[in-house]
Amino acid sequence: MSRQTSTRWSSGLGLLALAAVPLAVLGVFFVLPVAGMVGRGFFTSGSFDPVGVLEILGRGQVRRVLWFTLWASTAATAVTVVLGVPVTFVLHRLRLPGRRVLRAFVVMPFVMPTVVVGVAFRTLVASSGPLGRWHLDGTPVAIIAAMVFFNLAVVVRTVGALWGGLDRRREEAAAALGASPVQVLRTVTLPALMPGIVSAASVVFLFCASSFGVVLTLGGLRYSTVETEIYLLTTQFLDLRAASALSVLQLVVVCALLYVAQRTRTAQEQVLDRAGHRHTTRRPCARDWPVLSVTAGVLAFLAAPLVTLVARSLQVDGGWSLQSYRALTTTGPGGALLVTASQALANSWRVAVDATLLAMLLGVLVSVVVSRRPRAPLERRGLAVLDALFMLPLGVSAVTVGFGFLVTLDRPPLDLRSSVLLVPIAQAMVALPLVVRTLSPVLRSVDPRQRQAAASLGASPLRVLVTVDLPTLWRPLLAATGFAFAVSLGEFGATSFLVRPDRPTLPVVIYQLVSRPGEQSFGMAMAASVVLGTVTVAAMGLVERVRIGSLGTL
Amino acid sequence: MPISRAITTRRRRMSATLLATLLAIALLASCSLGGGSAGSSASTAKTVVLATHDSWAMSPKVLREFTRRSGYTVKVEKNGDAGALTNKLVLTKGSPIADATFGIDNTFASRAVDQGVLTAYRAPHRPRSAASYALPDPKEAARMTPIDYGDVCVNIDDVWFRKHRVTPPRTLDDLARPAYRNLFVTPGATTSSPGLAFLLATIAKYGKDWPAYWRRLMANGTKLTSGWSDAYDVDFTAGGGHGSRPIVLSYASSPPFTIPKGASRPTTSALLDTCFRQVEYAGVLAGARDPAGAKAFVDFMTQRSFQAALPENMYVFPVDRSVSLPPDWAKFARTASKPFTVPPAEIARNRDTWLRQWGEITSR
Repeated sequence: MSRQTSTRWSSGLGLLALAAVPLAVLGVFFVLPVAGMVGRGFFTSGSFDPVGVLEILGRGQVRRVLWFTLWASTAATAVTVVLGVPVTFVLHRLRLPGRRVLRAFVVMPFVMPTVVVGVAFRTLVASSGPLGRWHLDGTPVAIIAAMVFFNLAVVVRTVGALWGGLDRRREEAAAALGASPVQVLRTVTLPALMPGIVSAASVVFLFCASSFGVVLTLGGLRYSTVETEIYLLTTQFLDLRAASALSVLQLVVVCALLYVAQRTRTAQEQVLDRAGHRHTTRRPCARDWPVLSVTAGVLAFLAAPLVTLVARSLQVDGGWSLQSYRALTTTGPGGALLVTASQALANSWRVAVDATLLAMLLGVLVSVVVSRRPRAPLERRGLAVLDALFMLPLGVSAVTVGFGFLVTLDRPPLDLRSSVLLVPIAQAMVALPLVVRTLSPVLRSVDPRQRQAAASLGASPLRVLVTVDLPTLWRPLLAATGFAFAVSLGEFGATSFLVRPDRPTLPVVIYQLVSRPGEQSFGMAMAASVVLGTVTVAAMGLVERVRIGSLGTL
Repeated sequence: MPISRAITTRRRRMSATLLATLLAIALLASCSLGGGSAGSSASTAKTVVLATHDSWAMSPKVLREFTRRSGYTVKVEKNGDAGALTNKLVLTKGSPIADATFGIDNTFASRAVDQGVLTAYRAPHRPRSAASYALPDPKEAARMTPIDYGDVCVNIDDVWFRKHRVTPPRTLDDLARPAYRNLFVTPGATTSSPGLAFLLATIAKYGKDWPAYWRRLMANGTKLTSGWSDAYDVDFTAGGGHGSRPIVLSYASSPPFTIPKGASRPTTSALLDTCFRQVEYAGVLAGARDPAGAKAFVDFMTQRSFQAALPENMYVFPVDRSVSLPPDWAKFARTASKPFTVPPAEIARNRDTWLRQWGEITSR
């Protein structure tokens, strides 16, 4: 007995050691800044005043803002999942010509700068635009549509990583036993995918609830979310007390959501048969037309704003020209930019490499830890808390974190305000939850008996990882790497806050171009966005093609 | 022993794969920030850090001239719009994020000075014409040196008005008239600094009755956007988006940017009876690490080379009226002769109330 306890203890300690690095990073770059900023709100003229903060939560305005945040995000999440699952099926289970390109294309919206997409969306829905007669401009419908536009990639990627490796034989067996396609879907496929879907949905909800540019641009200032309120209270009113109150509210909502997601997910978790190198895709056939048409519709919806962007990037003085693209190698009209757009792209690339490495390193550690299944309930609860902890950065206001950086990381030993590494670290914090959400459902679906069998045959823990986990994880790992890279290339909120002006990333330059007068600058911004999107899609496509043959057959 | 050989080759292949992966990672790292010479910006030269807003732009040539004259290189830190900049400086006043600041305007000056962000310093050799842009309060004037100004004005698409045979508007009153129903678009006062300037123009014009004016404006179909670019590039008929509204809130310096290729005149004009004047200031931060460098840069900003570069870089007018403007500006970017003003102290006192009230009126 004592031996058993000691092994359990040592495994617990081992897990803790694995989690220590990510926890330390999270502590310094998230918990500390948020606590510092929220803490300031709780102190009025030097004395601790929690009642004052709580009073603010009773205001009618706060209730209105919270209600809008919740319902709009829930609606957007529901739509994203309902549309995303059929698209995932088509792009990951059907042998469709050009599916790799389409998979990469779906991610393009995710990296497009909000300010540019906002302009593209508004060009479509404004009364002078092609969809003008529907009068969507400034309505919640436009806000929700934009949220769906940005987040479909999350569902397609996270669920796709799980679905793409799922063995088809279970479904085939069910069908052979007489189950109708709907029954197969309901009883075999969906339950198997549920952990992935719940994971994706919780990420989408957090992205929607904390989205900010979209709400301001498309809502025409008539709608505000908790996030936009925090922004206004902090940057315009300097009302730290109210901003803190809302930040706390945000934390409470996020924790509640994560708790619910955790419960749903654990209830659904099961060991899945992995396909290994057997074919997981099949040819499309006639009865696939409903999913195929949904996918076609979704792709058209994603393409519409992107086509608008491309069209506007090619228009110069009423005619068609590549002038805006040629201008990307200059510093803009009148030399207004500090660096050329192409240099900014190179900066983006470098930062993205760092951020991706960091996010993957931390993400793999966290995923390995949180996907263990300890027997002791206490340990299990500990892991659940750990799992949720790494999701928090997605749901907490970027303004709170950003200002928190300034007020907490300003003196030794943590004088990091002007470190070059801040930008990749901040981006990695955003990408980390996505990496964990892509990897952990897959890791959890690995049969633990395989690991035990390997261990009892004398394999070291590292060997177990390499021979049992890695082969299943290979594809999701690549997917997560590509995703982290895309997140970093497109990240604007935290980056604009921390970036050094002589080393801006491309989204930052695009933002600068959009806010300058003159059609030339505007055309350049559009062209730069198209380039950013294309580069991201190409990079992700390449990452997914990487195969190290021998590993898969181990 | 074929089995053991198979195992060894496999193991060998595995280690080869791992090696390849490690190599790939090393290669990737070499083109990253940490690996390159990126981080090693030799800090042997003296550096002065400038905290400014996102619209900052200055040609490297001018900044090099500062380095040549003073021995300091400038490190520019952008911090959001003028509001975010001011608030960040307030929040970090114990350990300032920079040595000098540029870009706090007359709508935020009082907050910055009241909160003790700036130390007393005024550029000694400032141009004589700068005096008319100085802050009225002596404590504020002693801490903030005026650098540039810009007029935020309603702009109109002349081509549209000619084509539709409609008499263009001239005044703020006109914007609320039925003839201009659904024609005006402006960025919001809470999310955009030109938007706030426009609200202040209406407060200067209508005094206590400004809420009534805004109610009329909203009832007349005024459209609000979150930022300037959204209004100008999407909704404005003469902007890149070919929108549906020929009246937009912008700057007195916007028209020169609408001169079509091959033409000599802009297609838009600014209504000079609707303008609010924004003046931007520079100052030395209290507790600056290098106050001497900060002072040197504030001085440099008032001198000819910097002043002359302002229009092309930041689209604002230099406070030094003796420097010559770019030719297009000299012809088409006129400034208001009598812009609306609100005393900075009054703005500081009432800003939050005004913005809340404005938010209530416009979100109905």
